[in-house]
Amino acid sequence: MTAHDQAHQADLIGADLIGVDVGGTFTDLVRLDPRTGTVHLSKVASTIDNQAFGVMAALEEAGTKLSDVALVIHGTTTTTNAVLERKLSRTGLITTAGFRDVLELGRRTRPQPYGMKGDFTPIIPRDLRLEVPERLDYAGRVVTPLDEDAVRRAGEKLLAAGVESVVVHFLHAYANPDHEMRAAEILASFWPNDYITTGHSLLSESREFERGVTAAVNASVQPLLERYIGRLAKELGDGGYGGELLVMNGNGGTVSASRVVREAAKTVMSGPASGVIAAAYTGRRASRPNLITYDMGGTSTDVALIRGSEPSVSHEIELEYAMPIHVPMVDVRTIGAGGGSIARVNEAGLLEVGPQSAGATPGPICYGRGGTSPTISDANMLLGRLDVGKLKSVPGNVDLAQIRQIFQTELGDRLGIDAESAAAAVIRIATTRMAGATRMVSVSLGEDPRDFSLFAFGGAGPLHASALAGELGIPEVLVPARPGITNALGCIVADLRHDFVQTVNAPLATLEMARLTGILAAQRDEGTGLVSQEPVDISEINVQHSLDMQFAGQTHLLQVPLDGDKLDRDEIQNRFEEVYFNRFRVRLPEIRAQVVNVNTTVTGRRAEVDLAGLIDNSERARTLAEARTGTRRVWFGDGWCDTPVFTREKLPLDMRLQGPAILEQMDSTILILPEDSAASDPDGNILINVGGAS
Amino acid sequence: MSLDPITLSVIQAGLQQACDEMDLSFSRAAFSPVIAEANDRSDGIYAADDGALISQGAGGLPVFVGTMQYSTAELIRLIGEGEVAAPEPGDIYIVNDPYLGGTHLMDVRFVRPYYRDGRLWCWLSNTGHWPDTGGAVPGGFSASATAVEQEGLRLPPVKLFKQGGMDREIYAIICSNIRVADQRIGDVKAQAAALEVGADRLDLLLDRYGDDTVEQAIAELRSRAATQMRQLIARMPAGSWQSVAYVDSDGVVDEPLEIRLSVTRRDDRLIFDFGGSSPPCRGPMNSVIATTLSSVYLAMRHIFPEVPISAGAFEPLEVIRPEGTFLDAHYPRPVSGCAAEVSQRIAEAVFAALVQPLPERVTAAPAGTSGNFALGGHNAERGRDFVMYQLSGGGYGGNADGDGLSNGCSTIGISKAPPVEIMEQAFPVLYHHYALHEGSAGAGRNRGGFGLDYELELRNGEARASFVMDHGRFGPQGALGGNDGEVNKVVVIRDGESYVPLHLSKEQDIALAPGDRVWVRTPGGGGYGDPLTRLPEAVLEDVRLDRYSAAQAHDLYGVIILEGDVPAIDETATRKIRRQRGANGAD
Repeated sequence: MTAHDQAHQADLIGADLIGVDVGGTFTDLVRLDPRTGTVHLSKVASTIDNQAFGVMAALEEAGTKLSDVALVIHGTTTTTNAVLERKLSRTGLITTAGFRDVLELGRRTRPQPYGMKGDFTPIIPRDLRLEVPERLDYAGRVVTPLDEDAVRRAGEKLLAAGVESVVVHFLHAYANPDHEMRAAEILASFWPNDYITTGHSLLSESREFERGVTAAVNASVQPLLERYIGRLAKELGDGGYGGELLVMNGNGGTVSASRVVREAAKTVMSGPASGVIAAAYTGRRASRPNLITYDMGGTSTDVALIRGSEPSVSHEIELEYAMPIHVPMVDVRTIGAGGGSIARVNEAGLLEVGPQSAGATPGPICYGRGGTSPTISDANMLLGRLDVGKLKSVPGNVDLAQIRQIFQTELGDRLGIDAESAAAAVIRIATTRMAGATRMVSVSLGEDPRDFSLFAFGGAGPLHASALAGELGIPEVLVPARPGITNALGCIVADLRHDFVQTVNAPLATLEMARLTGILAAQRDEGTGLVSQEPVDISEINVQHSLDMQFAGQTHLLQVPLDGDKLDRDEIQNRFEEVYFNRFRVRLPEIRAQVVNVNTTVTGRRAEVDLAGLIDNSERARTLAEARTGTRRVWFGDGWCDTPVFTREKLPLDMRLQGPAILEQMDSTILILPEDSAASDPDGNILINVGGAS
Repeated sequence: MSLDPITLSVIQAGLQQACDEMDLSFSRAAFSPVIAEANDRSDGIYAADDGALISQGAGGLPVFVGTMQYSTAELIRLIGEGEVAAPEPGDIYIVNDPYLGGTHLMDVRFVRPYYRDGRLWCWLSNTGHWPDTGGAVPGGFSASATAVEQEGLRLPPVKLFKQGGMDREIYAIICSNIRVADQRIGDVKAQAAALEVGADRLDLLLDRYGDDTVEQAIAELRSRAATQMRQLIARMPAGSWQSVAYVDSDGVVDEPLEIRLSVTRRDDRLIFDFGGSSPPCRGPMNSVIATTLSSVYLAMRHIFPEVPISAGAFEPLEVIRPEGTFLDAHYPRPVSGCAAEVSQRIAEAVFAALVQPLPERVTAAPAGTSGNFALGGHNAERGRDFVMYQLSGGGYGGNADGDGLSNGCSTIGISKAPPVEIMEQAFPVLYHHYALHEGSAGAGRNRGGFGLDYELELRNGEARASFVMDHGRFGPQGALGGNDGEVNKVVVIRDGESYVPLHLSKEQDIALAPGDRVWVRTPGGGGYGDPLTRLPEAVLEDVRLDRYSAAQAHDLYGVIILEGDVPAIDETATRKIRRQRGANGAD
């Protein structure tokens, strides 16, 4: 095909990029024409049983002509929800004799440090966990040969029990995968589908519980994900779409729909990851490479760290208690409080906010669904930070007097203050708690929050961000143009990405550099192969190598980045000591360094996308006064203050304003505190200069 | 003028944050896996004048609830008496003496004076479990020690850091008396650095809110925490509740030790009386008073997890000093078992007494042993010596909300057990199985959780096995009509012959050769409520999953299971047998 033909074909299949993210409540969509920078947005209710319907509705609401679309990039909660609700496909396990209970015993923990109650449901039930004779030692040497007949019998027994997916998980398979591969081969000869997962294939790392759970999660969501992607592809095809479908992974990269099922576990947690990817991208364009992301929604708040425009990634994430998914994922930590967190006065006469939440049902009082407990959202309503006018559009005839009454009797009377002071106290306590939790995340990653900007998104993030930043000593808050559709935006800007981890576990002093180089080269080749096979245009391929290291005798791992694959023992030692000192402020020259894992990340960079069109600049007003919709009484500190209210989308791009102010937009409200000031940048981000920060 | 409650809450959060960051810093930088991975450490802030607990990190090991206020108080006393040099800025005292407000020797405390404007304002202290402090056996858990000198190096409070610099001479004495000394410098630096983090956070808090305000807040928080605990106590029915718990033996004399407890609610206080408990014992199952008190506090915290840890919360809990019993041991009684085992048996006594007035909150007894199996010897393949610990979990007690958790961590810990793959990488052992201890759960309307069943083989070299476990003689207690959980079982298979330790759960230095095996089954949790009232479908499910046998369903629950490809309940026979047993029970 000639270049001219290619261009012609590109014209035929259109140019629009679609990013669509299915969340627990809403399905968000961004449609962008990269040639003109034009952006269309939509937000519809998620359809939980078949997410494809919500996606199609969002496409329609955004006025999409599917034949004009070049690429659809999709974030889905199908797998996350399936695991959390244990609505999984019927999955069996074939494992080493003597070890079928590993998935049920876990690592002998309990759900909470205090309180001896709690429960745990293993991801595969005991009767579907079968054992076969085989055993390797820690070096991968055969202690007991694989009993191939037993594998066959176990597979047949599982099929007879109605199992759809199967996991083969043997002890020490990370050191020698032969038995797992042979067992998988035997099963493949009669298994009716491709849903066979081997333990070593997702992550070749020791620790049988974590590796086993990861493989079990993968197997149990594969059929669900494949069926869902199939339904979506059919709907898109019926609508006239002829392009490729990419799916978001939890590592913040994308992979084509045809490949995603094989490693389905990697799509778990992809929603929060896309938000962080959008933040990193937005921050890089705005020259803000170091960000703490702050996503506050109705039930919880997520934070993550971005350094040098790269989100922090971990392969030790736990989805919930005793549910480790050890594949590389963007390190998003849930720190508790959301808008629905309930405030109460405890037996000590002290105000507490959370951990109880009103959730989505009944939700805060102001949702009008029968909620009667005071929440953070209600406090914002009472203090004039949210638009009281919106109460008219909810069911249940809730009015402000009712909310005030509840704050007075539940909180104010017990604290000896009025309802508004009680509401202000709720916000203050919530902010203190969130600041503490955010500090713990930052400190645990060896960072001082004051070196970062706070990137606020989600429905409630921009409302609390300035106060949180002030508490943390963070000098600046960045509110992106569209805080409510950040995840969908993350889909549009995400790169193709593959991560590789190989355990070596050897002292640096005696580790053969040639062996390291060999592993890195194999990882790089596999990654670049995968990326270049994807039917998507990429501008460049990036390869990053790193080592997970520790001092011998220690258990914490530190990631040491490498420059390319030229390796020098002394240089590695120096880098490790430097990273260690930066994290712990301790030098330990007395002790030997150990290389635990060898890692490679291969990314296929997609073409740069212009974000300036996220807010239509032709709709912007010329002056602040024209963007102003009115004045509202808002409570700051210990009293009311007349506060101007603006429509965010209409603010002039060159605007500067001094707090207090409220900026309202479709799906979020931004609060500028009296001591803060705000300005806009060319992409339409609002940058808040935090006056309270020291 | 009293402080407004909002400022109080904010200062409370600030103090808590300082402690949590100390915990985090200590764990992250610590060298020993015991501290770094198992979180066997704790950090807190203590009052300048009497050492009372102001705030403690939420992530500290539960057994340390409140302990450091006693060691800090003893330090203050000794300074006052001129026995210990007075503090100066930059000093850090080190102490591990069990009889000076401690636990066992391996729990090493650092105490640092914190100054404001030249005045001693409070103490910062932390405890870390060191992997070794010398003594007869690696790791310090000698099951047959009869005096503290055999358990390791005992340090009175001495300044390890003087005005910011470490005293190399004292450090050299310590290192000459402990094993794997070369790695300890990593823990010492981490432990000291954590106190520095605490000092930095306190500086910020005091600068922001003012010294006087924070001081006032601390006093006010203390009285409010007391009020909170008092209100919870006042809601309990009036009465007095008794319980008995047994330690298998002291490891030296093969007789059970008895913990007798009577808890009485008097208005808004609870009185804990251990009178009548066994006298001090010859072996290492003695407890020092600080550990006995902490064990009561940690049990109460399990029952009332919503009350933050502070001296105020302990005020309404009055523990009558159990003088003359093994729960108040003095020099030179050996004490290595107090933190890991006796503490859990004290907690069990508290649970068994308080499940009577608080049946919704309190569970039947959990496995309640750390399951310490130590193997020390020579790895011939690698040509070097090794010391391995396998700590294991057991079943938790059934409770009002449901069945107990299987393979839960010890009552006094929160740490993860190491994976089999990591153990085999590090030590010359091969596990033959690592499985659910079938049939071990105490029967009840809500049953206990199941224990662990593992067996391992020494592959090469030579080694000696030691066990410090418990509940080998008596299973974890059932509650409100529930059965006890299955007991802990240890079998050593040498040269094909099975050997059961004389004290069942405790023995030291059993020699092993390659091919010899150790087989351990840990306790199931106690059952809660009458087993005959358990839903037959729930019993069927456990049989279907091979957790209980059909015979156990019959014997324990009066449920008749028709075995076959798909097991089912024989409804008629089940009704009949349950009716009969109910009638018999009523006779």
